[in-house]
Amino acid sequence: MTTTRKLTAAIVGPGNIGTDLLFKLLRSDVVEPRWMIGVDPSSEGLRIASDKGLDVSHEGVDWLLKQDELPDLLFEATSAYVHREYAPRYAEAGIRAIDLTPAAVGPAVIPPVNGLEHVGALNVNMITCGGQATIPMVNAVSRATQESGGVSYAEIVASVSSVSAGPGTRANIDEFTRTTAAGVESIGGAAQGKAIIILNPAEPPMIMRDTIFCAVDPDADTDAIAESVHAMEKAVQEYVPGYRLLQEPQFDGPSDFTRGMRRVSIFVEVEGAGDYLPPYSGNLDIMTAAAAQVGENIARSILAQN
Amino acid sequence: MTDVNTLQRTWSGTHGDEPFGTIDLRLTDTCLRDGSHHKRHQFTAREVEDIVRSLDESGIPVIEVTHGDGLGGSSFNYGFSRTPEQELIKIAAETAKRAKIAFLMLPGVGTKDDIRAAQDNGGQICRIATHCTEADVSIQHFGLARELGLETVGFLMMSHTQSPEVLAKQARIMVDAGCQCVYVVDSAGALIMEQTADRVSAVVAEIGGQADVGFHGHENLGLGVANTVIAARAGATQIDGSVRRFGAGAGNTPLEAFIGVCDKLGWTTGVDFLKIVDASEDVIRPAMPEECRLDRMTLMMGYAGVYSSFLKHAGNAAERYGVSGAQILLEAGKRKLIGGQEDQLIDIALQLRAAQESPAAV
Repeated sequence: MTTTRKLTAAIVGPGNIGTDLLFKLLRSDVVEPRWMIGVDPSSEGLRIASDKGLDVSHEGVDWLLKQDELPDLLFEATSAYVHREYAPRYAEAGIRAIDLTPAAVGPAVIPPVNGLEHVGALNVNMITCGGQATIPMVNAVSRATQESGGVSYAEIVASVSSVSAGPGTRANIDEFTRTTAAGVESIGGAAQGKAIIILNPAEPPMIMRDTIFCAVDPDADTDAIAESVHAMEKAVQEYVPGYRLLQEPQFDGPSDFTRGMRRVSIFVEVEGAGDYLPPYSGNLDIMTAAAAQVGENIARSILAQN
Repeated sequence: MTDVNTLQRTWSGTHGDEPFGTIDLRLTDTCLRDGSHHKRHQFTAREVEDIVRSLDESGIPVIEVTHGDGLGGSSFNYGFSRTPEQELIKIAAETAKRAKIAFLMLPGVGTKDDIRAAQDNGGQICRIATHCTEADVSIQHFGLARELGLETVGFLMMSHTQSPEVLAKQARIMVDAGCQCVYVVDSAGALIMEQTADRVSAVVAEIGGQADVGFHGHENLGLGVANTVIAARAGATQIDGSVRRFGAGAGNTPLEAFIGVCDKLGWTTGVDFLKIVDASEDVIRPAMPEECRLDRMTLMMGYAGVYSSFLKHAGNAAERYGVSGAQILLEAGKRKLIGGQEDQLIDIALQLRAAQESPAAV
């Protein structure tokens, strides 16, 4: 046995996402969160990080990049605009960036689908919360229908509680739908993708729900699809225990209202682990859990080379 | 036709000379948008052309044309359009001689690119709808619409769920983002007159002078015209309705009836009552699959406060899974679903079926 070594990490953006991610990384065997960076000295996230023994600063990334020791990994939990601006500087400094904004600078990663594909990339993107919750299922249907032509069209509907949609999501709702739809295609495997997001203000807050509709060939093997969907549920549960199918996959025959396609409907609920954010914020939990997974995958691959 | 205003004179006689004051209203017909739900989004180019021509000739100043769920609404979740909506907007814009063509978009469903395309196709008024607590998701879209020189309208949907004060604050967010008219939208047809007046008054108090206020009613409790009259008295100057109620749920405020009422009250709409009545009978009705009715399902929507466009989807799910459509709608109300969550109706139907199959489950 060699001594366990960990890669160091900085979290940029001490908001809800960044703070929840901090709790997950504190449990990691291979990643050590050491810096938490914000811009507001009164940030609750910075206070928590400081209590947990991290070096914190409210002077932004510029402060971090001036330090003698730089992190191996950097988790960006700010906004797409900030990440687009700073991504080149992280790359220059040789810091591996895991981007939790919809900036889509680097290749997109969905852990149970292509979690190991981009472990060598300098920048990887986590798409969106809706993407993390739904693209695995689109991929599950794609995999099971390869012989009948795959998924010609997939559409996802993400419903999240209003209180768990932060200012970033609200200001960038177009980026959410665009980035998610692109991931439905590139990683889900659908020829054409569409994404819809709904913010529901009900009290008590609703747990995140997602519906995945896939168009498949009328002759597609429905048993194989259902089996693949259940297997994917288990794969996601490995890092998001509260991810579950609400119903068996539903199959509807072709009709005028489905443009002659056979429709597969998959209903999921995502209950968060309640690390920092309340359990109804499954949308945020699946994002931070997936990012932690991806960070750990990268760390393991680097540690294995050394 | 000099006797149509007899009622107004009667009122004047008993309530003083100017009981309601002079009111100028700008009407928007939404047969070709809200009616898209009733039509299951199956409008043909010919129907749109005929309807736009007849509404335009009657003097309707604004005609809304889009998929029922707004730009980009053509989908599994809401139903696919038979004719692409951008094509329909183009036809409408080419057909209308006087009327402006409006289009609807819901942030989260449509995107800025859809707005640009609608303008390219001749749309002049961009109507942006959010749930009535989520106005801040529309900021980037209002910004773009104004930049493009479009007239802007904001929709606060499901207004019955929030207090007048909340609506006023949300209206402020839209106006600050560039919205020129905020509508109180009774998506569920659940508002009762005084509630309508309170909400419109609160929004007028907040944004009056900087932007117009509008009202969009539904018929699920049979109050479309009554709510609209009281909204106008409270200061709404832009009014939505659909000729022959052609809209979601039990339909929208029947515009021709409201126009007749306006004539009697001495309010100006610029629409010819006889022409719009003919349009209703000869052009609109033939394009409708059936009349929009108050029945068990639609009454349930007003009663339980359910988004009107859930009607057809609840009906589909009820039929598919052998459960009660009315029960689906009641449960949708209980779950506090909002516009756009049509997918959840299938989940509700499956749960109801499971409960039917194991009634003794303890």
